Amino acid sequence: MAHPLLSRETVLDLVPFGDSSQAGRYALRLSLPKWEAWSPGQFVMIRPVEPAADVLLPRPFSICLVTRRDLVLFFQVAGRATAGMARLTPGSRVVIWGPLGSPLAVEPHVPTLLLAGGMGIVPFIGYVHQHPTPWELSMEFGHRLPLSCYPFDSVNEKILVDPHLEKTPSHRDAFLAFVDARIGEYAASGLILACGPAPFLRAVQTSALRHRARTQLCLETRMACGVGACLGCVVRAVVPQDPDIARPLRPDYPAPSALHVQTCTCGPSFWADSILF
Amino acid sequence: MNKLAVTLADQHVSLSLKNPVLTASGTFGYGLEFAPYGDLRKLGGLVVKGLSLVPRDGNPMPRIAETPSGLLNSVGLQNCGVEAFLRHKLPLLPSADVPIIANLYGASEEDFASLAGILGAEPAIAALEVNVSCPNVKQGGAAFGQDPFAAAAVTEAVRKNAGDKPVIVKLSPNVSDLAAIARVCEAAGATAISCINSLSAMAVDLAGRKPLLGNVLGGLSGPAVKPVALRCVWQVCRAVSIPVIGVGGISSAEDVLEFILVGATAVQIGTANILRPDSVFRIVQDLPAACEKYGVERWEDLRGKLAVD
Repeated sequence: MAHPLLSRETVLDLVPFGDSSQAGRYALRLSLPKWEAWSPGQFVMIRPVEPAADVLLPRPFSICLVTRRDLVLFFQVAGRATAGMARLTPGSRVVIWGPLGSPLAVEPHVPTLLLAGGMGIVPFIGYVHQHPTPWELSMEFGHRLPLSCYPFDSVNEKILVDPHLEKTPSHRDAFLAFVDARIGEYAASGLILACGPAPFLRAVQTSALRHRARTQLCLETRMACGVGACLGCVVRAVVPQDPDIARPLRPDYPAPSALHVQTCTCGPSFWADSILF
Repeated sequence: MNKLAVTLADQHVSLSLKNPVLTASGTFGYGLEFAPYGDLRKLGGLVVKGLSLVPRDGNPMPRIAETPSGLLNSVGLQNCGVEAFLRHKLPLLPSADVPIIANLYGASEEDFASLAGILGAEPAIAALEVNVSCPNVKQGGAAFGQDPFAAAAVTEAVRKNAGDKPVIVKLSPNVSDLAAIARVCEAAGATAISCINSLSAMAVDLAGRKPLLGNVLGGLSGPAVKPVALRCVWQVCRAVSIPVIGVGGISSAEDVLEFILVGATAVQIGTANILRPDSVFRIVQDLPAACEKYGVERWEDLRGKLAVD
């Protein structure tokens, strides 16, 4: 995997998604870092060159897409740091380091089901654009806001996506029941990748374990350093007896114990039967 | 001649550093995590993650919270254990070119003595730093650093078992008389004092009516604690004759000079590494220009030269 790089990049533009009543989601286009390579599922840490006085830590964001001209991130305003990012203007400078973390599994000739909850759609944009056999992919997308609030079209232009609006708890329950059935369909010979908020991923994990389906979960976790040093983003992972080899396991490994491992360097994608969260 | 060089020495042992900028334990992993962001060999020293005799899994999540100008953590000394460190991590570090300083954590005096014996015999380790100040563990840690007798006993136990390695004792600010603790550590054989560890602190989620950290209490670090750290370093420097390493909220070359001005011989960069992984490398790079700007030809011109009426 390519070494991460720290660089200063320039904001090319910031495009709001959704109408004014649903403001707060943006595509952020940056000048292209001189990365050797990147893989979908990886992320970057970002901080403005002059961050707001009340923001100290950098923030992690999934890589949405890298083109020959730019790096695209997609974020939702959720607090002070992202509110500050929403005030960036073309020409603003940011410090980013990446690409970081493990990529999502790519198995070209295996039917692959993508499960996205809300902002969990973001890493799948790069995934469907880079996948060598996109006809093997299909996606179920659960969302609470209108589709115009998400970069939905960027996925839908490459593969068939089935959107599920979740306005009420019964909608959500119906969506999760549907997801459970779809996981069952892929259990025998497929691959499943899921990204979204923790409650959604826990539901996917429960179904995946029940159906014994090979499933990766791409976690959204609060982080501080992003490079594996601070141990602030750990998750309990099943690891071999040697505690120094803190690497999550494939389903065919034995499961002797669980230890805290960093989401930023051992993840953010983990096999569903390798973590407790 | 390298004008940036400093020496940490007592009557028996000494450690030469090519510059006074070290990393702070717990913020720099085992060192290799930062290799993509700068040249480890250019650092004054590399203090690695606190090591215990057996691996520790640390505290439950959540472990970090952002506070105004500060970082609150309750990691709880998660580490791979001393054996795994020596077997898998240390051989990968450039120990011939940069002093590697092992930070020790024990739950008892015996633990500290055993760790000192193991690490003291390791040629690639340049010095030991004794952690008697972690606020995030229930046993040992800060409990040793808050009791002068226990601090002295641990320092002596490490000193006896550390062979010819310098012994640095890292102290907590969460005490009423830090200078007194520093004095007993000096008398017990410490080569140098490093201070401060993080401040015991907490943060809450008002809407959820819960603490923000899984461990409830954590340690505060970052720019918010720099004035506390400066005060502590100034007081300790006036109380002991051994070198003092300043730690706490240092994020620029000017900050380094401020700590040397109040008496520090060297400094450690902690939370700044978490905020940007190239921080410590940038500080080392900026140091000559900052010295020139403030007219510092030799460290002796600045060290402890704070004008106090």
